[in-house]
Amino acid sequence: MTPSTTQALTDEGRRALMSTMVLIRTYEEAIRAAYYADKLPAFDIGAGLVPGEMHLSAGQEPVAAGICAHLTPQDALTATHRPHHLAIAHGVALRPMTAEIFGRESGFGHGRGGHMHLFDPSTHFSCSGIIAEGLPPALGQAFAFQRQSTDRVAVAVTGEGAANQGAFHESLNLAALWKLPVVFVVEDNDWGISVPRSHSTSVASNAERAAAYGMPGVRVEDNSVEAIYAAAGQAVARARSGEGPTLIEVHTLRLWGHFEGDAEGYRPDLDSVHEHDPIPIYRDRLLQTGVLADGQYEGMQASAVQRVEDAIDFAKSSATPDPLDHLSYVFCEGVNS
Amino acid sequence: MTATLPRNKQSLALAVEPAAGKRRLSTAKAMQEAISQRMDRDQSVFVMGEDVGSYGGIFSSTTGLIDRFGPDRVLDTPISETAFIGLGIGAAVEGMRPVVELMFADFFGVCMDQIYNHMAKIHYESGGNVRVPMVLMMAAGGGYSDGAQHSQCLWGTFAHLPGMKVVVPSNPYDAKGLMSAAIDSDDPVVFVFHKGVMGLGWMAKNARSIGAVPEQEYVVPIGKARVAREGTDVTIVTVSLSVHHSLDVAEKLESEGISVEVIDLRSLVPLDREAIVDSVSKTGRLIVVDEDYQSFGLSGEVIAVVAEHDPSLLKRVSRVCVPDVPIPYARELEYAVLPTPARIEAAVRDAVAT
Repeated sequence: MTPSTTQALTDEGRRALMSTMVLIRTYEEAIRAAYYADKLPAFDIGAGLVPGEMHLSAGQEPVAAGICAHLTPQDALTATHRPHHLAIAHGVALRPMTAEIFGRESGFGHGRGGHMHLFDPSTHFSCSGIIAEGLPPALGQAFAFQRQSTDRVAVAVTGEGAANQGAFHESLNLAALWKLPVVFVVEDNDWGISVPRSHSTSVASNAERAAAYGMPGVRVEDNSVEAIYAAAGQAVARARSGEGPTLIEVHTLRLWGHFEGDAEGYRPDLDSVHEHDPIPIYRDRLLQTGVLADGQYEGMQASAVQRVEDAIDFAKSSATPDPLDHLSYVFCEGVNS
Repeated sequence: MTATLPRNKQSLALAVEPAAGKRRLSTAKAMQEAISQRMDRDQSVFVMGEDVGSYGGIFSSTTGLIDRFGPDRVLDTPISETAFIGLGIGAAVEGMRPVVELMFADFFGVCMDQIYNHMAKIHYESGGNVRVPMVLMMAAGGGYSDGAQHSQCLWGTFAHLPGMKVVVPSNPYDAKGLMSAAIDSDDPVVFVFHKGVMGLGWMAKNARSIGAVPEQEYVVPIGKARVAREGTDVTIVTVSLSVHHSLDVAEKLESEGISVEVIDLRSLVPLDREAIVDSVSKTGRLIVVDEDYQSFGLSGEVIAVVAEHDPSLLKRVSRVCVPDVPIPYARELEYAVLPTPARIEAAVRDAVAT
């Protein structure tokens, strides 16, 4: 069974979108706290319980919630170096995901992957740390679904900076040529690390680029979760029915730095960025329209905190990998010779 | 994504290196036969690449497959190596067994991220939970004035990067058996075929590029070298077309009482270190012949294998490789850099002189 993807949004659906966004934000805040907890007083990127680069998705929750509401665990999703929101919205289990971020043996990759390399076979979720290079494998997943005569789809998510990579354009052409059941999603958060979109991209909307490949292109403004939901519904339905790919660009928001530790000195909107935080905006709207009753939002928060704390406790209490086991998993059988 | 992709059970019953028999095929035809036999038994196997359909592969690796299996299973792609190699990866992740052709090894520059950052690393990054059972085949090698961007071997580059098995057959028998093993493998396998061993009608070919190949299905195990010729005075460790040059030299020098052992590695990853050490233990003299670039590659690796095992084994060691220059166009220049029989012969004479 797959959800009816063009179905109008119900109030229950709106609360589900809100709840997903709250869970993502709660998760990212907890990871951020854990990330900085033992990096004081001097910040050392390689130190602490959660070492390495950390790209958090605060502000981009509407994209994940709106897109993934149309997917089942049988649908594939490839994400980027900033993958947590998409993983959570797609239903990836928080415990092994968090354990992987903490570099523990109980993580998805037994500590071999890290936060940019999360692979969950049970939800067909994966991510890649290389800009735009998650798109071609999504084509292959869609190809397999097509050949297996299913109506499963693959969703490939990138940032707006990725739309200037060759892999993006090769993938759009091939997906359209072979009518693959793919939905391309561009998260335009205005910034390619420190370079503003106006300095990187020759067109006002990457959705315009869809025309070059003969597929529909849609630009969603204002980080609106309901508009994203509507656009994704049409795109997923189109893919499921065998009509081929769609490109959706969402004008979203990078609420925090490119990575944790990014001072964002290049960013003129630092003081006002929080005014655009999509979570209180959507919460207030749902409260004003009566979709959320008093206390419901707080209930979502409490539930999210409980789930996130459980995942972080699980990660912290999990064993670290055995250093002597560092050669495992290069190949399927035995260690690397 | 299939968490525990079942191994092709039928393949386990396959003969391992059976007697060659009398039927003779070119290397190209032997590769194509292996692919065809696997496609017959397994619907998840498909072929994809540039000009693999009605053209049959620029170097005849897929001749006739489209007639037998149709365009749904033998797919001509746009010139978009990143997209279609990545597509192969995603299809493999979901349980298919793609055989993807990169037309020339030289072209990896436009798609290497999919190869070394994705195809080769997904199994490791996923802690063994996601497999990529994919074959990436590609043509390599020079000798026909195709210039610096269409004549390289580059197998050492793939072998250097972890996560891919790398096979380099030198003859029809091994090409069929290694292709079957590569398709059966749950790991990604880079299958490099030298144009000079394919037995093409439009290129000077070595006599051994057409040879005996059993009709039955069989495998040549990945990671197992072959003693192509036994000898006692000097060991040549080599691969692909250089195997034939080395055998030609060995035959010539036999009449002078020089006994040359030739080891055909067949696989670079995993490397059959035991076969190398065993031979050098016997001869004490090692020559590595490699059509890939000399520095930081296969030749140094083979010598290191022996040196790490027991440096006292090595009475003499040398290598005959492409010096560190791009492959030149003009025939006189190109043959000055290739590991020709003349260069190999000189190296053998030098090795046995002391």
